[in-house]
Amino acid sequence: MIERTPLLNLATYTVMVLGALMVFVPLWLVYVGATLTVREINTPELHFLTGSHLIENLQAAWARGHLGGRLFNSLIMSLGVAFGKVAMSAITAFGLVYFRFPGRTLAFWLIFITLMLPLEVRIVPTYAVAANALWPFQSILDATGLSDLIKAASGLQIALEWNLLNSYTGLILPLIATATGTFLYRQFFLTVPDELLEAARMDGAGPFRFLVEFLMPLSRANMAALFTIMFLYAWNQYLWPLLATPDRAGFGTTAVVELKLLAPTVSTNGGGTPDWNVAMAGCLIVMLPPLLLVAFMQRYFVRGLIATEK
Amino acid sequence: MAAVTLKRVKKNYGTTTVVHGVDLEIKAGEFVVILGPSGCGKSTLLRMIAGLEAITEGEISIGSKIVNTLEPRERGCAMVFQNYALYPHMTVAENIGYALKVAGLGKAERMARINAVAEILGLEEFLDRKPIQLSGGQRQRVAMGRAMIREPDVFLYDEPLSNLDARLRVAMRAEIRKLHQRLGTTSLFVTHDQIEAMTLADRIVVMNKGVIEQVGTPDEVYHRPASTYVASFVGSPGLNLLHVMVDRSASCIRFKDGQTLPFEHGQAVLVPDGPAIFGFRAEQAQLSEQIGLTLTPGFQEALGSTRLLHGTVANEEAVIAIPGNGPLDATTSMSVTIPASAMHFFDSTTGRRLG
Ligand SMILES: Nc1ncnc2c1ncn2[C@@H]1O[C@H](COP(=O)(O)OP(=O)(O)O)[C@@H](O)[C@H]1O
Ligand SMILES: [Mg+2]
Repeated sequence: MIERTPLLNLATYTVMVLGALMVFVPLWLVYVGATLTVREINTPELHFLTGSHLIENLQAAWARGHLGGRLFNSLIMSLGVAFGKVAMSAITAFGLVYFRFPGRTLAFWLIFITLMLPLEVRIVPTYAVAANALWPFQSILDATGLSDLIKAASGLQIALEWNLLNSYTGLILPLIATATGTFLYRQFFLTVPDELLEAARMDGAGPFRFLVEFLMPLSRANMAALFTIMFLYAWNQYLWPLLATPDRAGFGTTAVVELKLLAPTVSTNGGGTPDWNVAMAGCLIVMLPPLLLVAFMQRYFVRGLIATEK
Repeated sequence: MAAVTLKRVKKNYGTTTVVHGVDLEIKAGEFVVILGPSGCGKSTLLRMIAGLEAITEGEISIGSKIVNTLEPRERGCAMVFQNYALYPHMTVAENIGYALKVAGLGKAERMARINAVAEILGLEEFLDRKPIQLSGGQRQRVAMGRAMIREPDVFLYDEPLSNLDARLRVAMRAEIRKLHQRLGTTSLFVTHDQIEAMTLADRIVVMNKGVIEQVGTPDEVYHRPASTYVASFVGSPGLNLLHVMVDRSASCIRFKDGQTLPFEHGQAVLVPDGPAIFGFRAEQAQLSEQIGLTLTPGFQEALGSTRLLHGTVANEEAVIAIPGNGPLDATTSMSVTIPASAMHFFDSTTGRRLG
């Protein structure tokens, strides 16, 4: 609907401006908060104008929140999830779309079901598995009586253990195992004309070449979008890293979880004046990497969308 | 260059059979056109030869090898697709050279061969462009280049000209023919356009509903159609077909409305008595003062050098071609004579040629 009347324009702009305000005002308040002193931020009125203590607040947040190490953890986790997700989605969708194998429909539905099982729903079993990735096998051995049998025969008690807590693997893997990306890729692969595959086959390309030299370059825009979305998704995770990184002194945790610990409470602050200015400065730091990523990736997927080649 | 042999080749999709046991021998270096209407199984046949479609029954050999279970790349065929199927993310040079890259040729040799092919096809200035930046005719050439560069044993074309405008189609047709003369590669060309078939083919294979109706040179197919189907499909307009009774004792054929046409020689003398389908070409009928067939004229089409006069003979539609231009002064009924040598007869139930 492209209709232009002054009244309509006015309405459109009003909605747009209101929307922009709703997004930007809180961000602005965070920024302002990060520039104030403890004393200023604890006065009753709301501050809309910046103070002059940004740098020292940032420094305080950085030091108190161990943000160097925490940001590094977040970065590894988010990159791991984003790359892992893109790779896994592309390969699973490739298998589903281009190969006829027994159990294909079953595989499709099994993957589909994971859409209904986000991490929050399966958090308890996922935690159990992360605490000992071999636990499912151990249970099978115990339930079937195999471990008793082995114990009787050799005198050895089977106790399988592989702890993934406090590790990047443990942080990353549970977040990769969902179907969203698979379906995004599947939809894209279904739009690739069959003749392209046939021409490639006539030219001698096998399945692997077709995936790497055709589907990957053709799906660049999808890949950029999925990568960005998954990076943000992983970066913003709170519940899972909170559970999966109990060893705060050693492995540490992610930046987003650490932010919570920056927020002044009676326990962290000892009942002193709550220093929200430092917490806000921490927020600013933690927000920055995803912001930069979006700004950088945007042109790839926008360009991809414009240059749709048939 | 290699011969291609099909023995009782059959294709089922589920329970429907789309190619019914086709036997065909294509000699090395021959240009064979498979002609038939849309949906008759031409593409399926071609794709079975290419290896893109499994063969349900029968045997296909290329050269001396049975290729039934070989992968497309092992068969030595190159294919030009109807929609060109160019690789959108590659430049023209990369498109043309892709097969060589897969085959593991070095960059220098690849470029040399790409340049050679581009020169033949007049694509030198477009090598760095993407397919989306090319016109239809240029894309068509790239598709040809991609097939040529592999120096295949067999070229397979699946309606490659049907997406071009009329003028370009004629030009590309000539180029394909020239290319064949120059390279001498065995070629199989699928089309639904009978003019394309007539102009390109050494031999034409006319297909109908997954069955071969006739295999022959363009002349044979045109002048001795093996069935009413071929007769009406080939030529523009197709053969006129009228239901008649053959009466050998009276040496004439009798039309439904009672009028008769005498014959002395030609195919007619070999035809058994009884019902038959009588056919003649529009351009071999002549308006005449003598007594002949009575044609009730309908409308006319002017084609420049000739006029097509549509009308009815014995209440069945017929069309004759009359040389000259300007509207014809058509009266209520006209007399048309047909030389005995131009008369065709077909079985009235099977539609196969008689005599
Ligand atoms: N993959 C398929 N599955 C089922 N039927 C098909 C398939 N491909 C083609 N057909 C059918 O086979 C018949 C012949 O198709 P095709 O060889 O493409 O015809 P043509 O190229 O002569 O137009 C058509 O009736 C078509 O519907
Ligand atoms: Mg076809």
